[in-house]
Amino acid sequence: MSEATIAAPTAGGVPKVSKISETIIRIAGNSQDGIQAIGGFLARLAGRSEQEVMTFMTIPSTISGGPSIFQVRIGSGEVLSSGDDADVLLAFYQHSYEDHISSLKKGGIVLYDSDHVDPKPEWEKDYHHVGVPISGLTVEAIGGTAKDKGKNIFTLGLVAKMFDLNVAKLTQLVSERFTGKDTSVLNNALAAFHAGYSHSLGNVLETFQFVESQKKDGQQVVMNGNEALAYGLIAAGVRFGAGYPITPWSDVMEILRRELPKYGGMFIQCEDEIASISMALGGSYAGRVSVTGSSGPGISLKTEALGWAVMAEMPLVICDIQRGGPSTGMPTNVEQSDLNIAVFGGHGDSPRVVIAPANVEDCFYTAIEAVNIAREYSVPVIILSDQAIATRIEAFTEPNLEKVCQDISPDLTPVLDHKPYDLSVASGVTHHRAPGTKIQSGKYPIATGLEHDELGHPTGSPKLHMQMVSKRRKKLQVLAAKLPTPALYGPSEGNVLLVGWGSTQGPLKEAVDRARTAGDSVSSIHIKHLNPLPPGLEDIFAGFNHVFVVEMNDEGIYGYGQLAGLLRARYCDPKIRGITKTDGLTFKVKEILERAKSNVAAGLRKL
Amino acid sequence: MSSPLAEAPVRSGNIVAVPLPDSERKPLSKKELSADQPTWCPGCGDFSVLALYFKLIEKRKLWHEKITTIAGIGCSSRFPYFVQAHGAHYIHGRALPFASGVSLSRPDLHVFVFGGDGDAFSIGGNHFNHTARKNIKMTYVVMDNWVYGLTKKQTSPTSPTGFKSKTDVWGSMDQPINPMKQAISAGATFVARTTHTNPNHVLQMMEAAMDHDGFGFIECLSECVEFYEGAFDASNPRKGGAFNTVPADHAVTDEMAAYKIADSAFPGYFGIYYNVDRPTKNANEAKINASNQEKVKGLKDWQILQKNFDRLK
Ligand SMILES: Cc1ncc(C[n+]2csc(CCOP(=O)(O)OP(=O)(O)O)c2C)c(N)n1
Ligand code: SF4
Ligand SMILES: [Mg+2]
Repeated sequence: MSEATIAAPTAGGVPKVSKISETIIRIAGNSQDGIQAIGGFLARLAGRSEQEVMTFMTIPSTISGGPSIFQVRIGSGEVLSSGDDADVLLAFYQHSYEDHISSLKKGGIVLYDSDHVDPKPEWEKDYHHVGVPISGLTVEAIGGTAKDKGKNIFTLGLVAKMFDLNVAKLTQLVSERFTGKDTSVLNNALAAFHAGYSHSLGNVLETFQFVESQKKDGQQVVMNGNEALAYGLIAAGVRFGAGYPITPWSDVMEILRRELPKYGGMFIQCEDEIASISMALGGSYAGRVSVTGSSGPGISLKTEALGWAVMAEMPLVICDIQRGGPSTGMPTNVEQSDLNIAVFGGHGDSPRVVIAPANVEDCFYTAIEAVNIAREYSVPVIILSDQAIATRIEAFTEPNLEKVCQDISPDLTPVLDHKPYDLSVASGVTHHRAPGTKIQSGKYPIATGLEHDELGHPTGSPKLHMQMVSKRRKKLQVLAAKLPTPALYGPSEGNVLLVGWGSTQGPLKEAVDRARTAGDSVSSIHIKHLNPLPPGLEDIFAGFNHVFVVEMNDEGIYGYGQLAGLLRARYCDPKIRGITKTDGLTFKVKEILERAKSNVAAGLRKL
Repeated sequence: MSSPLAEAPVRSGNIVAVPLPDSERKPLSKKELSADQPTWCPGCGDFSVLALYFKLIEKRKLWHEKITTIAGIGCSSRFPYFVQAHGAHYIHGRALPFASGVSLSRPDLHVFVFGGDGDAFSIGGNHFNHTARKNIKMTYVVMDNWVYGLTKKQTSPTSPTGFKSKTDVWGSMDQPINPMKQAISAGATFVARTTHTNPNHVLQMMEAAMDHDGFGFIECLSECVEFYEGAFDASNPRKGGAFNTVPADHAVTDEMAAYKIADSAFPGYFGIYYNVDRPTKNANEAKINASNQEKVKGLKDWQILQKNFDRLK
């Protein structure tokens, strides 16, 4: 959006219309005001208009409500992050206004509910203030109290007017949302929308129109990361799982619970996380890769069973939707501080696979990849998602479901003989045969957590332990060799390489774009496969003077975050350093760039 | 977008031998069912449970591919290694949720779970309660020796007060769990008690538990000759004890009556305390499946998912 939004009004008070390619709107209110719904409608509209969209929200961790925001960034071009500073702030209350004005660009518009907000004169010179008695006008339009019903839709109407949004598509979305309910609910919603849309924006100096979207790659779908993950698991053929509720994982299990019966599957709510992983392992043992998941506290509980999965070589998918930790921590904030437990959590040498989706679309495909790695290598696979990706909405190209969906039904074909832990296989990769499989030799396998021989029977033999430990490790080395080297974003040589993983991909790419526009030599890579690491990273690192690993976790005792620690251990390269933070919020582009600059200025630290 | 690894791995082809129809197959013999030589101490009560499990399989013509044997950790939980059939030796205390995963996803299998008193009522106590209340179809035999055998004589949740163990050298003082009461109050639908010294009775209880459509729980007294010798002498007529069967007039569907006989002092009663029909979780989930699948009848899996995606546009 144009930097200087405060333009002179055109003659006759008719607002001028500016063409824009993207905008960032921050909606601030209380969680019960339905502000997520406004954001959701805008995101969905963007999806239907071949635009890109990314949202960001905070919700209070108490159910009774409290301050909440929803930020939506819509663009006709590529949208990589939910944006640093907003172009427009919609403020429902005095606290929304005061707490969020600083996230508005200088010269941006603050559209406030004048029934609740007293604007501060000292801010009026920096931000363009537009007061609308939103609460009163909503009551006028639909009657009753506008306390929590309708004023969000009224506001949506205002936004539609301000950005010349497609009214037909929006009212269609509103209608779809409220069908099935009492018709008066829909009528009220539409009345509120039209009242907002036809409200004179009075002293607004400028309205906006999006330039035509460049994105023309077909039908888009709009969803959040947890939805994409759950649907990805279904597409992958997962039909059984078990879990215990915890924010922000619960909605994955809720979707699976609701959806799997349609496919002849089921998802079970267990008494705790230990039972959940155990039940899921029972499902995998029964012949079909199953899923469990949690957030940090529950992942801790699952680690003993995870060790069993490694030892018994049982495929399994474990989702960890990270939140602020340790302990109960910050349940509704984001952090990437479970990398260590994902990679190392557990006793003994227990190699497992860890992968992290980089955006909402990637959640869908990562789920499929996780299932297939688990099956192919008979290994537990942890999907490290996080609160930010779980709750943010993005539009992405609709997957070709007919092609993508796979059938992984148990294979119970009788076999002549079967060694579940056959040591003669050079790659170390063997497969489990589910109960129900007839084995002609009459020698049946035991899936076991004790160190075992090739049939799964216990052994105390040092030689067998060494062979089996190396078998379990070798599998991952074989996998590692096949992993794709992460693609560079930006040139392969330069001053600074930013390294990211998980949900920070967008802000990192945007940081590269911004830095390069400013003439700085910055590139980035995003590591999706965190354990084992993909090949070729050392060659990439060699092209740069500085390698900064950007992650949302603590700098630790030695001055770098968890992935940086892994990479330093792996590559013994002191130029790998960290850019970390623990404020529970996603990275802003300017934060990354400022930190990178000061790191470069500080030079290579003596350690 | 889709990674090269997001492709389904190809299944290796295997030789297919068409099995005989069940009616023409000979029952599995002890020889075909024996795997590892049991590692139990000579005289351990667990031997008799194993022998009777073999008998059950033979008598009821259960095939290798129709059953699975699952256990947690403990002396008793070593069970699966001694049975020549698909089995799993899981972690301490968590055999029930693991077995539940198998039971719920594979209605074609009969799931047997064996374990000890510590495994069942201490570390696995909560799983016991929830598996019972959910009424997940399986047969569960707890080989109760009133002690921790594998870890060499610590107090177990069923150790009677006064039992001198390595962790209670002055005698245990905590109120022991009464497995019968625990099972009944947790909502188990089949609750029986037997002892390793009466083989016919053990087999009888196993058969009844297996035939029960739901969570069939048996407490089988199984003496640990190493760490709690003579614990059950009072229930063994050969040692001057009394083997009292559940009173003939006991109504197995009467929860209060079951609770009452569970209250009698050792050696108490042997037999079926409680046996009621309540829909299993397996059946309840199947019902939900059927009604959900009715709504998407004729659609392929990807088409069902497509319907969700169509709503996300
Ligand atoms: C998580 C965990 N904690 C402790 C142990 C050690 N452990 C193994 S078996 C056992 C107790 C076994 O007692 P019980 O279940 O009664 O079986 P028994 O040996 O008497 O048949 C213990 C404490 C373990 N294997 N795992
Ligand atoms: S220690 Fe006790 S329970 Fe364990 S095998 Fe020996 S006799 Fe049986
Ligand atoms: Mg015991």
